[in-house]
Amino acid sequence: MKHRIKRSLMPFGALLPTWLAVVLVYIGAMVWTLRLSFTNSRIFPTDHYVGFAQYEKLLSSSKWMAAAGNLVVFGVLYIAGCLVIGFLLAAALDRQVRFESLFRTIFLYPYAMSFVVTGLIWQWLMNPLLGVQASVQAWGWSGFSFDLLSSRELAIYGVVIAGVWQGAGLVMVMMLAGMRGIDTEQWRAARIDGIPVWRTYVSVVLPQLGPALAAVSTILTMGVIKTYDLVVAITNGGPGTATEVPAKFIMDNLFQRQNLGLATAAAVMLLMSVLIVVAPFRFVSSMRARRKAGVL
Amino acid sequence: MSVASVTPRGPKPGRLTLGRFGLYAFLISAALFFSVPLYVMIVTSLKTMPEIRAGGIFSLPQGLDLSAWKTAWSGACAGTECAGVQAGFWNSVRITLPAVAISVLVGAVNGYALSFWRPRGGTLMFGLLMAGALVPYQVFLYPLVRWFATGHLYNSLPGIVLVHILFGLPLVTLLFRNYFVTIPEELFKASRLDGAGFWRIFAEIMLPMSVPMLVVAAMMQFTGIWNDFLLGLVFAGRENLPMTVQLNNIVNTTTGERLYNVNMAATILTALVPLVIYFVSGRWFVRGIAAGAVKG
Repeated sequence: MKHRIKRSLMPFGALLPTWLAVVLVYIGAMVWTLRLSFTNSRIFPTDHYVGFAQYEKLLSSSKWMAAAGNLVVFGVLYIAGCLVIGFLLAAALDRQVRFESLFRTIFLYPYAMSFVVTGLIWQWLMNPLLGVQASVQAWGWSGFSFDLLSSRELAIYGVVIAGVWQGAGLVMVMMLAGMRGIDTEQWRAARIDGIPVWRTYVSVVLPQLGPALAAVSTILTMGVIKTYDLVVAITNGGPGTATEVPAKFIMDNLFQRQNLGLATAAAVMLLMSVLIVVAPFRFVSSMRARRKAGVL
Repeated sequence: MSVASVTPRGPKPGRLTLGRFGLYAFLISAALFFSVPLYVMIVTSLKTMPEIRAGGIFSLPQGLDLSAWKTAWSGACAGTECAGVQAGFWNSVRITLPAVAISVLVGAVNGYALSFWRPRGGTLMFGLLMAGALVPYQVFLYPLVRWFATGHLYNSLPGIVLVHILFGLPLVTLLFRNYFVTIPEELFKASRLDGAGFWRIFAEIMLPMSVPMLVVAAMMQFTGIWNDFLLGLVFAGRENLPMTVQLNNIVNTTTGERLYNVNMAATILTALVPLVIYFVSGRWFVRGIAAGAVKG
């Protein structure tokens, strides 16, 4: 009897620290933030509830709306850029090329670097007076422009380029792993039928990369929603609000503007956007897993 | 069938057709896009300021001038403080090492308990943990800051280490759970019959068997924590600011002339540790990414 009790308690005890972290920190902090978002707290939390007033204020704040709009532009272009370039690189490396591992190393190394480092590198490359633009113009292409970051209209695209440079390698690695798992028999069949290689990639290979694609899209989407360091390092949100993002808006209101109610409401909005964007991926992959289990 | 399955796909390597030519042209231009920023960083850090002002971001330095590196390490200014990234480097070491060691160990225990002992509520905890991994940090920040301030952990080394452990839990737990699930249960049952208890099986059988995953998890955590900016900025306090935060302060808060050579040297220094890890252990790095990505 004694033995049995010990057996069932020890594993639970081993998980206790993590349980505490989940319940106190994860759930506890989330609930507090949610509660704060319905109050008019400024520097210190208050219990003065104002309903959805902070959310209404958020939606009428031009800075927040600019940040949300920037996030959509950045997110769509960054994810599309990473997926397209990553897929093309993976397909190219899948064609039995020489120096494959060298190429792979070159394509993936930016992913090992921090967003701050990435941002600072590209800030220098896009320097209007001494950067890439000046050199290319000196070579004779006088109309060349790479001065994206100082323009209100173009700065966000500068951030996209830096982001894609950092993240495309991740997509490449995961797509390549997926491609290597595809039955060679299908390739033989496609070749016998005289289907061109690019067609085979689009119609035969791509559909089979579904799970890898879902996983990598989730990672990229999470990265987009959390985007903060990259923007702080490369433009600090400027010029004006041209590269302002929600995560930075929250940080500013939390620690500089001392607007706790508004900041927590914005954080809850950010969480909602995760749920809206990521939930469908989760749903599809769990449905697929269930269907597979049903068949087996 | 067996013959067909070993037939290599694609054309034979070495035969240079127009298609192959295009393929290599694509790969080489992509390799340039990914590697030129690193090249520019290195040459910029080796130039003198007059050389940089003369233009030519791609040109090789006229001589090997290491003074920018020296300044970056021990004399570059962030605002009025001129001590380089040195302090940040050691702060990052002091933050990263304990946080990696503890979080990996906790992850190993969690994964072991969840896969072999399956205590009541384990699945629920794991699910909550995975859901928590999707929540943006901004949702947790304010409550955590307040709790840490109450417990005298805010702006302290133990505080920032604890924060990294807390937010590292989902990844390490996932990695080890998925790893231990692949180990045959007979091994566990046999040890149980021999009378070994929870901790003995863990220390003597499971831990030695999980060395590959320990390496992968430690590498993932190390890179992630070293590259962190947000948590270090909020929780570490002035005395313990990690290297990424110091780097950003040095580059983006200069008052006088911008010393691009010093900035690039400091940037390389900050990226150096993760880069070395990546170049030395590329294969493991890729394995870690793939293992962590199952999360999606």
